[in-house]
Amino acid sequence: MLIYLPIAEVSTNAFTLLGVGGGVGILSGMFGVGGGFLITPLLFFFGIPPAVAVATGANQVVASSISGVLAHLRRKTVDLKMGTVLLIGGLIGSTGGIFVFRWLSELGQVDLFVQLAYVLFLGTVGTLMLQEALRSWYRTTKPHKGRRKLHKHTWVHALPFKTKFRVSGLYISILPPLMIGIAVGVLSAVMGVGGGFIMVPAMIYMLGMPTKVVVGTSLFQIIFVTAYTTVAHAVTSHSVDVMLAFFLIIGGVIGAQVGTQIGLKLKAEQLRVLLALLVIAVCVKVALDLLIEPSELYSIRIPGRH
Amino acid sequence: MRVLAFLFALLVALPLNANEIVGALSQNRVSLTANFTGSEILVYGAIRRDAAEVLAQGTVHEQSPFDVVVVIEGPRETAVVWRKARRAGIWVNVDSVTLASVPSYYAVATTNPLAQIITPETDAEHRISAQQTIRVAAGDDSVEDASIYTQALLRLRERSSAYLTLTRFVHVDRDILFRARVQLPASLTEGAYTTRLYLVRDGEVLNQFRTAIFVRKDGLERWLHQLAYDRPFIYGFLALAIALVAGWGASALFRLIRNG
Repeated sequence: MLIYLPIAEVSTNAFTLLGVGGGVGILSGMFGVGGGFLITPLLFFFGIPPAVAVATGANQVVASSISGVLAHLRRKTVDLKMGTVLLIGGLIGSTGGIFVFRWLSELGQVDLFVQLAYVLFLGTVGTLMLQEALRSWYRTTKPHKGRRKLHKHTWVHALPFKTKFRVSGLYISILPPLMIGIAVGVLSAVMGVGGGFIMVPAMIYMLGMPTKVVVGTSLFQIIFVTAYTTVAHAVTSHSVDVMLAFFLIIGGVIGAQVGTQIGLKLKAEQLRVLLALLVIAVCVKVALDLLIEPSELYSIRIPGRH
Repeated sequence: MRVLAFLFALLVALPLNANEIVGALSQNRVSLTANFTGSEILVYGAIRRDAAEVLAQGTVHEQSPFDVVVVIEGPRETAVVWRKARRAGIWVNVDSVTLASVPSYYAVATTNPLAQIITPETDAEHRISAQQTIRVAAGDDSVEDASIYTQALLRLRERSSAYLTLTRFVHVDRDILFRARVQLPASLTEGAYTTRLYLVRDGEVLNQFRTAIFVRKDGLERWLHQLAYDRPFIYGFLALAIALVAGWGASALFRLIRNG
């Protein structure tokens, strides 16, 4: 069934979109990630203009985070104060990212920029995740060798503007969470992702937040930042396609239910290795597109359209 | 409308003893809706022959047969053609040429191969083949040879079936009636698609006729597109509302199903 996407201005098969949404939904359900980092590059491969893919990707993250946010708020596993600081940073970062995005699309280089951003971040994060996952997998097969220190003093604790984050049990400067928020906001605007894959490790390792509030707090930040990014992209570049988003969301929600069931049957360590490999695979695919000589060197762009 | 009326007046005013072509389309309006998968347009019409020629038929001086060329041209737009090259190991867009006015769609249907039925001069004069319709924007001298870029545009558009050469797609019946079927693709740009009919003989254009097809987005598509461009704030919040309701609603539904 071909449908015409009013903003992307292309005709696509509705079942393909449901399939993409569903496939990413399964993976995001299995691994507990938003899936934006998979959906956006997949949309490139299906011929959706990158600007539309990024903006619509942000919209899709709103949908895939809402039920998680509500569940965490009910369970009170959200540090609202920390979340608000991260959110303020996120809004600043997203605004900056939107301006950079617009400037690059006027130069005709937005595709390259988005692709490079994907290679850089997925490559770094995938490698770090794989290292960490393999190490902990190795640890589970060997007997315990001591334990991690509960509290470490790092450079983070030497910064000014300290405040108390009661729910997380932390007394730290607001600057590190603000910086993390800004970084994630930029990623949301230029990559169409929630940024959980950067924020969660940063919250654990840099801020030393307890793991039980990390996911809820990051989701709290993600949903507001991606909501803001969606509206900002809609206003500045008219690049959010609700028709496209609708089919991705429906596929995604169904897929996530299936994925959660599969995830329950696998061990956490195996899941993390798989997720790391998946991130690296997406990175390699995007990188190859940049490195291999394309069969067609020319492309057409219509100014004012995506 | 005024143009049509003018053409009609012109046709009526033409002396009777000239060869004339008149045509019509199976539809003048195409609506782009959610499930638009392309549309087939039937172009048909008749050739009115010179009275003197009809009388002379069967005598020693036999005239060569007519050929008909049907051109459907989509709305013109500015197009930028980018060229990729390897820089620091990766393939990036390095330079571009701006083409001021390029048809978004272009189909040429003919009775016989175009090169055989019209001379290059006639082609240039009437701008019949796709190459003739593209011009580089004035003042764009950023690259040495812009013709490589126009050739690339033609190649890309032909590959995506936006530009079509339909040889022997026009059928002429007894030198009087003709018809052609032209397929419009699923992805069309909104606007007026001018349709030109040329009556051709011995490499020359004897007569021409113009009409148009109006393509517009319709239904939900039109509404969404207009909302996105005219009221982007409302559109952005609509996108959010859909995401929240669909995301929350679907998972609530699943929870209900699982709990029995």
